[in-house]
Amino acid sequence: MQIIDRRLNQGNKSLENRQRFLRRAKAHVQRAVREATAGRDIPDILEGGEISIPAGGIDEPQFRPGAGGIRDEVMPGNRTFSEGDVIPRRDGEGGGANSAGDGGEATEDAFRFMLSREEFLDIFLDDLELPDLAKRKLKEVATEGVRRAGYSVSGSPASLAVTRTMRIAMSRRIALGRPAPHEMEALQEELAACEDEGRRAFLEAEIAALAAKMRRIPYIDPIDIRYRRFENRPKPMAQAVMFCLMDVSGSMSEHMKDLAKRFYMLLYIFLTRRYNHVEIVFIRHTDRAEEVDEQTFFYNPATGGTVVSSALEAMRRIIAERYRPQDWNIYAAQASDGDNFPSDNEVAARLLRDEILPVCQYFAYLEVGEAGRDPSARPDSTLWRLYERLRAEGQPLATRKVGARAEIYPVFRDLFQRREAERAGS
Amino acid sequence: MTTARMAPLYEGAEWDFATLQRIHDACADIAVSELGLDLYPNQIEVITAEQMLDAYSSTGMPLFYKHWSFGKHFTQHEAVYRRGLQGLAYEIVINSSPCISFLMEENTATMQALVIAHACMGHNHFFKNNYLFRQWTNAEGILDYLSFARNYVARCEERYGQARVERTLDAAHALMGQGVHRYPGKKKPDLRDEERRERERRAYDEQNFNDLWRTVPGSDTSPAPSGISAERKRALLGLPQENILYFLEKSAPRLEPWQREILRMVRQIAQYFYPQRQTKVMNEGTATYVHYRIMNILHERGGISDGNFMEFLQSHTNVIFQPAYDDPRFSGFNPYALGFAMMRDIERIVTTPEEEDRQWFPEIAGTGDAMAVLRDIWANYRDESFIGQFLSPHLMRQMRMFQIHDDPGVSEGIRIDAIQNERGYRRIRRALARSHDVGWIDPNIEVADVDLTGDRRLILHHHVVNGILLTEADARRVLQHLANLWSYDVILREIDSDGTVLKEKSCSPA
Repeated sequence: MQIIDRRLNQGNKSLENRQRFLRRAKAHVQRAVREATAGRDIPDILEGGEISIPAGGIDEPQFRPGAGGIRDEVMPGNRTFSEGDVIPRRDGEGGGANSAGDGGEATEDAFRFMLSREEFLDIFLDDLELPDLAKRKLKEVATEGVRRAGYSVSGSPASLAVTRTMRIAMSRRIALGRPAPHEMEALQEELAACEDEGRRAFLEAEIAALAAKMRRIPYIDPIDIRYRRFENRPKPMAQAVMFCLMDVSGSMSEHMKDLAKRFYMLLYIFLTRRYNHVEIVFIRHTDRAEEVDEQTFFYNPATGGTVVSSALEAMRRIIAERYRPQDWNIYAAQASDGDNFPSDNEVAARLLRDEILPVCQYFAYLEVGEAGRDPSARPDSTLWRLYERLRAEGQPLATRKVGARAEIYPVFRDLFQRREAERAGS
Repeated sequence: MTTARMAPLYEGAEWDFATLQRIHDACADIAVSELGLDLYPNQIEVITAEQMLDAYSSTGMPLFYKHWSFGKHFTQHEAVYRRGLQGLAYEIVINSSPCISFLMEENTATMQALVIAHACMGHNHFFKNNYLFRQWTNAEGILDYLSFARNYVARCEERYGQARVERTLDAAHALMGQGVHRYPGKKKPDLRDEERRERERRAYDEQNFNDLWRTVPGSDTSPAPSGISAERKRALLGLPQENILYFLEKSAPRLEPWQREILRMVRQIAQYFYPQRQTKVMNEGTATYVHYRIMNILHERGGISDGNFMEFLQSHTNVIFQPAYDDPRFSGFNPYALGFAMMRDIERIVTTPEEEDRQWFPEIAGTGDAMAVLRDIWANYRDESFIGQFLSPHLMRQMRMFQIHDDPGVSEGIRIDAIQNERGYRRIRRALARSHDVGWIDPNIEVADVDLTGDRRLILHHHVVNGILLTEADARRVLQHLANLWSYDVILREIDSDGTVLKEKSCSPA
């Protein structure tokens, strides 16, 4: 007999099989994740979780005996029956029980399982059809930065600071008066050309002295060597606030709200990757605006006209009260179907231009439309024309019309491109 | 029986490897010298819960080729386990030589003792001695063969792409239930030899392949098709053939060599598991009976303390719990309960028979040596024949068995056909035996006909018994897989015992 301890063996033997399974069930999993995210609050988006997919798509068919037919079965526990009794059928009874003969691979309606946070995010981002580059950016975990921090006299050869070492060596050589090679060469040339015996002896002595000195004072001494020093330094606390503005008047359908929610989620993921601390402010508006919680924001109906400036005014007030632009990175995303009272346009434009856009990192306007209709074919709405005008003035504003989930990403790309350009510029 | 006292094997719940060794040696000593068991060498592997889940998902085998369905099972078990709906099995045992048993690290010392007595002694003996396993499985070769299979599938994936291999495996898995020979062939399977032969076959094919042969003008492509009768052609193809995978491997016109090889592998593995399905009650009954005997003897001799023995009894009682038919927990007979009860009952018949037992079991009643009788039974029966011969009236009364007859044609309800009385014993016994006969439970499907020189349409027959048809949706999907492998149309006819076709489905390759 032998005993083998397998506990230290690498676990996760099934990891590859699990990935194959997820790939296989991709369409179902994606739909499940979509449904799961629809029901989730924005800050919870990054958690993994249990999802359930219909068993139909990933079943393993076998020839199985079906229900019905004549069945003879033996059961235990007879107390009251005698031969020839007839018992009326109950619903769901009448055979079927013995088909679970081999190991209970019974078909369930839904197949529930856990997704890890990474898997969940992967599928969520996949669903938005983000290109890989963007996905990598979104998923990259903020490293607590390793920073250069001066030089040290010890370190690994890989971090040898060559320039600094050479500079110190040079100053030491100068300070200690190490003869330069050209002095030596000059003396030797003179010696070769010299006829005078006394002079020659003097020169030879001079050369010997210099050579001795060169040997005593090395070109590079161990004390010259410097290494680049690195230090783990936490990044300075960065915080951001994200304003979600949405028109909730009757003309906004569930589909439109879902599109808006997806965009907010994406922005939230992006911000949490960039900033240590992200707050969300929900402002909904009809003809007046109010700050609400997420539930109310997405699910409570409201009626009334549409006055965009009310929301912008609310945002300005909240910034002034709670989020000093010096301390906070301010992001805003506005979703609307584009309606606005014509008389309100100028007010909104002034608010944006003078008060809001100067303090915002980014302001995205998302004009949502019904599914299936080409958004670019829609006539420009009043709000759209207004924002286009502002953009033409060079204001930092991203505008986009979307009718389907996959179109959300382009809005986002603007954000990335702007960041890239900034980084390249700095 | 000797009552030599022994030192306690362990204290409390903690154990280490030395403890396992002591427990194993004590169990093996009792198993061999007192119960007369004949064992493969044991190999005990200690694993974690996660590794147990891994093992679950690939039908308990420690290594298997990669396939998404195993990932699905893993995910499923994990979800159930995480929600705490179900604990894990205490052990998994593999029919191999050496006999490998996986023990969970979470088990207490008593549980380890129970598991060692159950798996390393009971199952081990059964695997080594039962005629089905001896005839059908090759315990020495299985692990090597699985490793070969895994590498082969991986190589195929590299060469032909994961998607194609996956499609082939999906189809093969769908037909796995129809991939076993039910009657012994000419020789014992030797899986090591199997692996070597596969290599030789391929090498030979490659050496002798010459594309020029294709261009040589043939004198005559089909030699006198009318010369051979249809009957003779069917015989040449081995029709009717119930092993559909075998038939495809040998006769499917458009499969590539590697696909045939994969079908063959799936078939071999299905065949390896086939005896286990036929001996559930006996296998578990044997193991449960053996652990019960060993643990009792250990306790009598002081190897296991009273407190620990109580712990054992509790687990044991849970394992052999049989809810009655009207209990919400009822889901058919519990093979552990039925098997254990029958083994104990046979022990009783052999040692202290009553008059009734002498009438029913004249060959074994009162012969005195229970172990000799049981060993003989364990070696030479499977569930169906075991129940058919050794279920005693005493046990039927004790378990209060009754038989129902459910005919959908009768609208009044379900008739009670037999109860535990003189008139009912034989009928109950026959019905219960039959419900443990895989040949009876599994749908009887066979390849009936094909015209390879004609339209190559493959015709399957399902011989319907008692009007039980196949589940519609599943059958259609399996048929699709089959059509994809066959590459031509496939027809499935469900035929009643009097020859009327109840249902017909056809499917074209996608």
